[in-house]
Amino acid sequence: MTSALSGSLARHAVSREAAPASGRSRIADAAAGLRRRSSIGWVGLVAGAAWIGLAAATWIFPETGDFPYTPDFAAGAALVGLVLALAGLVQGRLGRLGARLAHWGPWLVVLGSGLGAWELVTAKFELLPMPFFPPPQAILEVFLEDWPKLGGSILASLKLLAGGYVLGALAGFVLGVAVGWSRRAGYWVHPVLRFVGPLPATAWLPLAFFVFPSSWSASTFLVALATGFPVTVLTWSGIAAANKSYYDVARTLGASQSFLIRKVAIPAALPHVFVGLFMGLGASFAVLVVAEMLGVKSGLGWYLQWAQGWAAYANMYAALIAMALMCSSLITLLFRLRDRLLSWQKGLVQW
Amino acid sequence: MRGVSHAFRINGAPLPVLDGIDLAIEPGAFVALLGPSGCGKSTLLRLAAGLEPADAGRLDLDGVPITGPDPSRLLVFQDPTLYPWRSVSRNVSLGLEARGMLRNNRHRVAEAIARVGLSAFADAYPHQLSGGMAQRTALARALVNDPRLLLLDEPLGKLDALTRLTLQGELVRLWQETGLTAILVTHDVEEALVLAERVIVLSDRPARIRADIANDAPYPRHRDDPELIRRRREILEILGHES
Repeated sequence: MTSALSGSLARHAVSREAAPASGRSRIADAAAGLRRRSSIGWVGLVAGAAWIGLAAATWIFPETGDFPYTPDFAAGAALVGLVLALAGLVQGRLGRLGARLAHWGPWLVVLGSGLGAWELVTAKFELLPMPFFPPPQAILEVFLEDWPKLGGSILASLKLLAGGYVLGALAGFVLGVAVGWSRRAGYWVHPVLRFVGPLPATAWLPLAFFVFPSSWSASTFLVALATGFPVTVLTWSGIAAANKSYYDVARTLGASQSFLIRKVAIPAALPHVFVGLFMGLGASFAVLVVAEMLGVKSGLGWYLQWAQGWAAYANMYAALIAMALMCSSLITLLFRLRDRLLSWQKGLVQW
Repeated sequence: MRGVSHAFRINGAPLPVLDGIDLAIEPGAFVALLGPSGCGKSTLLRLAAGLEPADAGRLDLDGVPITGPDPSRLLVFQDPTLYPWRSVSRNVSLGLEARGMLRNNRHRVAEAIARVGLSAFADAYPHQLSGGMAQRTALARALVNDPRLLLLDEPLGKLDALTRLTLQGELVRLWQETGLTAILVTHDVEEALVLAERVIVLSDRPARIRADIANDAPYPRHRDDPELIRRRREILEILGHES
């Protein structure tokens, strides 16, 4: 009886375990269905047509300004279009790559036609006022010509952000654990946290720039402050929200205070801690850009400011694109870390 | 236990839950504490586990006063309270790990998991387990520490009827195999009679001992045994449910 029952339980649990995996491969299944119907990926062909259309429009119409990279842009678009069209023709034989093409095909169509529309309303027919709305080839020009400065700015931003974020996250975590665990720490820290925490970190900017010896250390402090507050509050709430029976069980099993903190309180609080880390990362981006615009003489915020000062609008768009890529990559990195550490949780959002 | 009394403080006003409980339990016995819900049965177990000190009276285990939690007296709750971030085997090994004994006793973890029939699930996480499997894991987590006293606080209360029957049989088997002393808190008269050698009936809050019934039928017991049915009626009458 017992073994038969646990056997059926086993099957039940296994099928439950398998459920999310089948959810993940749904895209692959859909693509496989598409492949069975025909080996030609029409979406790939349409996307290819859109990009070749973009190349043609860029090549054929006369321009109202002087853009040295127009031929390069047209050639690049034509190349992308050809590759997509060819991939569409043989999609059935491309395996995983074909499945991905089928999945992202609609986006590639929209991207190609969107770039085409942008090209037409700026460089070709000048429907949008020129210096403020540069065509795509002008932004391409910035990436190809000004990459040392842009790349250097990204590195400078990353360095500043990493230093401040790591400091703030560590301090916030330690403070949050202390407040959540010790009544005395709570007594002293809680009022300070309530009074100072909600203040936007940017409000400290004028003060920080003359209190700290360098604008770099001042900015590190501000980024750390912006990160530290949400991490502290959420670590604290995570520890406070942990099931009290977790502690009872561990205590009867002979756990010491330090074991309770390390092996019970902190793991139980981790999901909350990650919410704090995400909020802190978002806040740190804002502080970073403002600090770079107002004080630090490097980084993407400074680059944006500089580009605006010289009315180099194409540089500004390029910097915005670079910044979006950087922030999005950092968030992705944090999601990966969370997925690794919290793999025991179910129902995690996929980024 | 001698003259154990205890009160909760709710908004500053004491609410007596236990009133002079005197109870001596033989080593190796299986005793059930039966009473209406909210009568203080669970509180008595928490005192025996050493999670709270009693307001009055004393609790001893083998002549030694109970002053705090100790792995020789382990509590299994109605909720399995597994640590969701630990796999089954890491949940079971927690007690040994907490006392720094894991390195030399790793085989005991596997043995305890095998004893509750979960070897195939040693690496599963709690959210992948059914209710019965989770409760077996909680039992293994207690048994791996070789407790002398196992305190069971309605451990089967949240399980479905069939799983409950299976686990009742397994509890008796585990108790017979290990020779430990078991105290089971339940409000299910039938469960108390199927499992325990002695049934203590408690009154409504504050709890006093109303009856102490020897229940020495041989194991395995059957629910439709006339003797068991007679005792069940007797206990229900004591609890005020004559029918």
